[in-house]
Amino acid sequence: MELNDLRSILTVLGLVCFLGICLWAYSKSARQGFDEAAQLPFTDDDPPVRKEPDQQRKEG
Amino acid sequence: MQSQATYNYKVVRQFAIMTVVWGIVGMLVGVIVAAQLVWPELNFAEWFHFGRLRPLHTNAVIFAFGGCALFATSYYVVQRTNHVPLFAPKLASFTFWGWQLIIVLAAVTLPLGITTSKEYAELEWPIDILIAVVWVSYAIVFFGTIAKRKTSHIYVANWFYGAFIIAVALLHIVNSAAIPVSLTKSYSAYAGVQDAMIQWWYGHNAVGFFLTAGFLGMMYYFVPKQADRPVYSYRLSVVHFWALIFTYMWAGPHHLHYTALPDWTQSVGMIFSLILLAPSWGGMINGIMTLSGAWHKLRTDPILKFLITSLSFYGMSTFEGPMMSVKTVNALSHYTDWTVGHVHSGALGWVAMVSIGAIYYLLPRMYGKTEMYSTKLITTHFWIATIGVVLYIASMWIAGVMQGLMWRATNPDGTLTYSFVESVKASYPFWSIRLLGGVLFLGGMLLMFYNMVKTIAGQKAYSAPVVAPQAAHA
Repeated sequence: MELNDLRSILTVLGLVCFLGICLWAYSKSARQGFDEAAQLPFTDDDPPVRKEPDQQRKEG
Repeated sequence: MQSQATYNYKVVRQFAIMTVVWGIVGMLVGVIVAAQLVWPELNFAEWFHFGRLRPLHTNAVIFAFGGCALFATSYYVVQRTNHVPLFAPKLASFTFWGWQLIIVLAAVTLPLGITTSKEYAELEWPIDILIAVVWVSYAIVFFGTIAKRKTSHIYVANWFYGAFIIAVALLHIVNSAAIPVSLTKSYSAYAGVQDAMIQWWYGHNAVGFFLTAGFLGMMYYFVPKQADRPVYSYRLSVVHFWALIFTYMWAGPHHLHYTALPDWTQSVGMIFSLILLAPSWGGMINGIMTLSGAWHKLRTDPILKFLITSLSFYGMSTFEGPMMSVKTVNALSHYTDWTVGHVHSGALGWVAMVSIGAIYYLLPRMYGKTEMYSTKLITTHFWIATIGVVLYIASMWIAGVMQGLMWRATNPDGTLTYSFVESVKASYPFWSIRLLGGVLFLGGMLLMFYNMVKTIAGQKAYSAPVVAPQAAHA
């Protein structure tokens, strides 16, 4: 195997890795963690903010 | 304990104030070089010549103004979203003073003609080493703070800031590799077309990571905060992040179309530049849609106006960029003022406006307040800046397309229809309009400076107490 084969394999692995990330990001299991993480800017008290989640905007 | 632990606001405050100061300096130099194109008599001394002041302008606005904005906001966001004060506060203080020293050294050496001549990497090797040391310190402070976080998740803004810090370290160290021959002169470690490719791998990723990823980190914190609602889609932000990481690194060759660079490399650069449209627009939509259901806030909140308008310009310039990377379009646009217009649509419209919005958010909080001295002045600043950007980019589009068409026009016998100087002459009116646009944008920054001084005057510096993460629904 020469160097260019390794380069091609690495490129394909990069693509597979990215597609895997996309599938994971849109999977059900990642949902709850993302909902929590999205609230992180609002977990402090400066400035006083309205904190109830917006039901209409929940993604389906 | 006598007093509760507080966040480290000192370094944030220092960088925030210097953002405004360096913004004025960098944009003033920009106005001067724009005036020199209209009135060549203004090139009155060799250290005051266009060729020496132009890199001073680019370095000042990108690394002094943009850099200070990134330091200030990243240090603020990483503390507040992880609920811990900065790791290694002395090192954080060193990054501030070190960065200011680098800026001063740039302001002295560039007009003196001390330069590597690599675009956006003009500074000579001793300054490059100092940059590397400050940058590694920055990484230690930033990632050290994340390591001791009190939350289980790392908020997406930190991912963007983190990628920006790592990528810039990599780019800077690789591209600045050089063999010194004296204190003020070095030669690149690379030669020929490899040198050009490494330079534009650096140059385009400086755009992608310094001028994009870092400012997207800003967007993902300050837009939700100012709009008072979470980001439109967190999962989209995750895909946005990884798509940028996987594609940006490949786009650099579009700066070298129709050069000695192998044709296939140019094509790879073009294809990846086209692919970049998807993550760029995904991110823009994610930012703008955060306001969905709260559009009325745009009417009354000038900070939100700055943030959302910056995203519109981001969308415009990230559509324009891929289009210009198409070889046939590039054949017309390259080396013309169209490129200058494109850069300023991104730099003034996106980078400067999102920074200005974020700094208006930060400044009062650094003094225990939530509002700037005058909200009306922020609104005035917004409109002056917007008109300035529009004048700037519209005049450069017209000048650029005109130059490209004039340069390629041929007579039936194959000779050129226009001499170069005819295209220069035809560009004068548009260079005057560009100067006016630049003056307006600079005027807005002066208003911001006044507003900042009035906000700070007589106020005591404030550092907010560190709070344990509370449930957002509390």
